[in-house]
Amino acid sequence: METFNVGKIEEFEDKSKKVVTIGDEEVGVFRLGKEFFAWRNICPHQGGPICQGRIFSLVLENIDEKMESHGRIYDNNKVNIVCPWHGLEFDIRTGEHPGNPSISLDPVSVQVDGDAVYLLIEGNT
Amino acid sequence: MDALIRPAIEHPVQEINTTTDTRDYLAKSRQDAERKGYADWLIVDVDAHHVETVSWPEVTSFIEDPVVRDQAKMYHSERVGAPPYGLNGDLGLRYQDVGGRIPHQSSQREKVTETDVHRDVVLTRRAMHGLGVDYMVIFPTPMLFLGMHPQTEMEVFLSRAYNRWLTEKVLPGDPGMVTLVVLPFNTPVEALKMVEEFADTPGVIGYCVTSTRYKPVHANEYMNLYRAIEETGKPIAFHAGYHWQDPSLATCNTFLGMHSLGFAWCNIVHMTNWILNGIPERFPNLKSLWVESGLSWVPFLMQRLDDQYLMRQSEAPLLKRMPSEYMSDNCFYTCQPMEKSNMKALECTFDMINAKSNLLYASDWPHFDFDTPSVIYDIPFLDEQAKRNILGLNAANLFGLNKNGPK
Repeated sequence: METFNVGKIEEFEDKSKKVVTIGDEEVGVFRLGKEFFAWRNICPHQGGPICQGRIFSLVLENIDEKMESHGRIYDNNKVNIVCPWHGLEFDIRTGEHPGNPSISLDPVSVQVDGDAVYLLIEGNT
Repeated sequence: MDALIRPAIEHPVQEINTTTDTRDYLAKSRQDAERKGYADWLIVDVDAHHVETVSWPEVTSFIEDPVVRDQAKMYHSERVGAPPYGLNGDLGLRYQDVGGRIPHQSSQREKVTETDVHRDVVLTRRAMHGLGVDYMVIFPTPMLFLGMHPQTEMEVFLSRAYNRWLTEKVLPGDPGMVTLVVLPFNTPVEALKMVEEFADTPGVIGYCVTSTRYKPVHANEYMNLYRAIEETGKPIAFHAGYHWQDPSLATCNTFLGMHSLGFAWCNIVHMTNWILNGIPERFPNLKSLWVESGLSWVPFLMQRLDDQYLMRQSEAPLLKRMPSEYMSDNCFYTCQPMEKSNMKALECTFDMINAKSNLLYASDWPHFDFDTPSVIYDIPFLDEQAKRNILGLNAANLFGLNKNGPK
């Protein structure tokens, strides 16, 4: 296991990301509140650069108790990274596609120590 | 924390947007081709697009009617915030990028400094490099709706202007760029003239009918056109599209629903009329190509038409074989968008359409549902020869392209 310094915590705003290169690997590191998450920069759909996409909140259908729709709204507690190739969305916390959790991103171990953020990658050069 | 800590290197492209260079956008596709080993294969992309409206004042300067040409010139010089002259783009064009989620669908504002060739040549070369493509067939984008234009003469003016502009100003910039001449299909006499005019033009490898239209493809007025195309030896392609104001599609409240149905529906209708009216029997050497409807509609229509045909043969007396046999033997298909959530269904589809010889790779770049060549390369039930056929050799055979790539 090798450790790589991604930067200081303060370099990450809430709901932001940094994409880094480590050898042949590309990894996206995301901050949501005080938590950090890291995913390989490969979309499981067609291999697109998922972590280089834009961040959007999850979209919900606004259904009332009578099951009538009142349009769509954002759930700002659930934040997705969107693949710029084809638009597939993945929950930044879980890595799962909101419509099909069996389609998910490949995780990378991320760790906060002191004021810095680190990636722990197995078998890298 | 471990004492041996190394810094991670910040990626030069942190977020892909509308100004990102196409080569950066498609970097992972290029890497995929090199890693898997198909970067050196002949790959023909039978359906890619440029946005002709970026160059619309140039295109409309080729309109032959002097009054309409002047109107277009004045319109573009004096009107602000108005759509391109003469076009009738569909409402759906506003939704293709899924609200900014897919930037390359929104626009390609990347820097182009090269001045020796047209901007569209530069962008196309970058896409060809990224996808690992040797030949790219270039289609327009908003012009795909011209079949619904209330002024049929506008389809004639604009398609001739576009064909001339493309073949004179753009295609000469790169031998890998080729096209299917856009036919003003709502005016058959003019479509026939277009076939004759461009039959020997360099870079023209076939003819395109934009499928979004209500003209029946079996009408007698098209027989001279089909005969002329057959005599050129080049195929006729039906490029699918949508029309959200079609009464049945207007019931769909999402682009997702309308687009899913629309791009298949227009070709389902045209294919039904094409087969049941015996066009393959009347013109046995005329090759038809069905573009951008995906593939899952084909097995459905084969089974459906076969079932009904046996009970009502007297309504289709020209047929000597089952409808599905014409669809598998006489027709060619492009694969995009590759519907592959059920691999068994895909394998069955490939078998039914005779994919090893009749299926052609298409990317549809830069649209939101584009496919890289890996969608074919990664299919587990294909052997290498079948992959090579679908990715390039079938197209080389159909269009008469050099199997060693463009010179």
